[in-house]
Amino acid sequence: MAANSNLKTLLNGVIKENPVFVLLLGMCPTLGTTSSAINGLGMGLATTFVLLSANMVVSLLKNLIPDKVRIPAFIVVIATFVTLVEMVMQAYVPALYESLGLFIPLIVVNCIVLGRAEAFAAKNTVFKSFFDGLGMGLGFTMALTLLGTTRELLGTGKVFSMTIFPENYGMLLFVLAPGAFIALAYLIAIFNKLKTTKN
Amino acid sequence: MTYILIFIGAVFVNNIVLSQFLGICPFLGVSKKIDTALGMSGAVAFVMTIATIVTFLIQVYVLEPLQIGYLQTISFILIIAALVQLVEIILKKISPALYQALGVFLPLITTNCAILGVAIMVIQKDFTLLQSVVFAISTAIGFGLALILFAGIREQLNLVSLPRGMKGTPAALLVAGLLAMAFMGFAGIVK
Repeated sequence: MAANSNLKTLLNGVIKENPVFVLLLGMCPTLGTTSSAINGLGMGLATTFVLLSANMVVSLLKNLIPDKVRIPAFIVVIATFVTLVEMVMQAYVPALYESLGLFIPLIVVNCIVLGRAEAFAAKNTVFKSFFDGLGMGLGFTMALTLLGTTRELLGTGKVFSMTIFPENYGMLLFVLAPGAFIALAYLIAIFNKLKTTKN
Repeated sequence: MTYILIFIGAVFVNNIVLSQFLGICPFLGVSKKIDTALGMSGAVAFVMTIATIVTFLIQVYVLEPLQIGYLQTISFILIIAALVQLVEIILKKISPALYQALGVFLPLITTNCAILGVAIMVIQKDFTLLQSVVFAISTAIGFGLALILFAGIREQLNLVSLPRGMKGTPAALLVAGLLAMAFMGFAGIVK
């Protein structure tokens, strides 16, 4: 029973309440970092780590933090993990760190992280918060990777830098700014369509 | 001349919303009516300018001399959060009329990534204090321009019948894509 409800929490984040396609949170990194599949995946994983860690710590501290200062306290917890991610990425994957640039420190103001801390972790046990963070993180990563893959494929004819379409193919627009909006628009529309047909 | 270049660059060429992808949440969230779009732009301009000045001074006089640059993210976001609170309290006392107009939007601004983004950007670009101020104001104008244009189009969009799946966000995003395409036309004006 317990395992079942944890699985439910996990899947909830991936599909039913997918942070990008359904809740429309965290739009800035979603659009800004998905010019290629690998960037989307990297950003998704970095955010997942922050989400997971912040959720667990907030859930541990929930009885110690006074209600009135909870938001600043949550932000400090989140910012700590973001700084950690920043340092680790700078040391081990400098190329990815360079291309994601400004968006790594900006994980702090990603609405998903603060939103989950406030809405879920502050009310639930550590164990459940872990699964919620993991589910939301995976949902976010999935969405970003999907968008990144779509844009990279349409824009340059490659996926994860592997050539799919012949050499001279390329609608550069999709790698540039307008393509981000347009690709996301159609992905959300498809997601909506699938959801309504299922019901 | 540098200041003019910074201005044009931040408003048109590297528009904060349409080419840098910062501040998308308020861009999508409060763009259903032109009135609210105006209010939000005002609040963002106000906070962005003050926040950039304060974080700049903290960076130069506290973080750098003490060599604790790695605390940048954590200290900047706390400063911005505190600042938004402070602005809210002061505005309530000094100018109730302005508070009435901007009040609802102020708490939302803490999580507007454009504010933190600009604060970090001016440090990365090695701007002087005056350049930072010009950059912050221009960025805010660029944000306002994009937001108001977008709100104007979305008001019209309500009158159109669309396929069910495209209604709401997807249609809005498509419009944003077209706007971004229009703004790409400015590329090349300033290097």
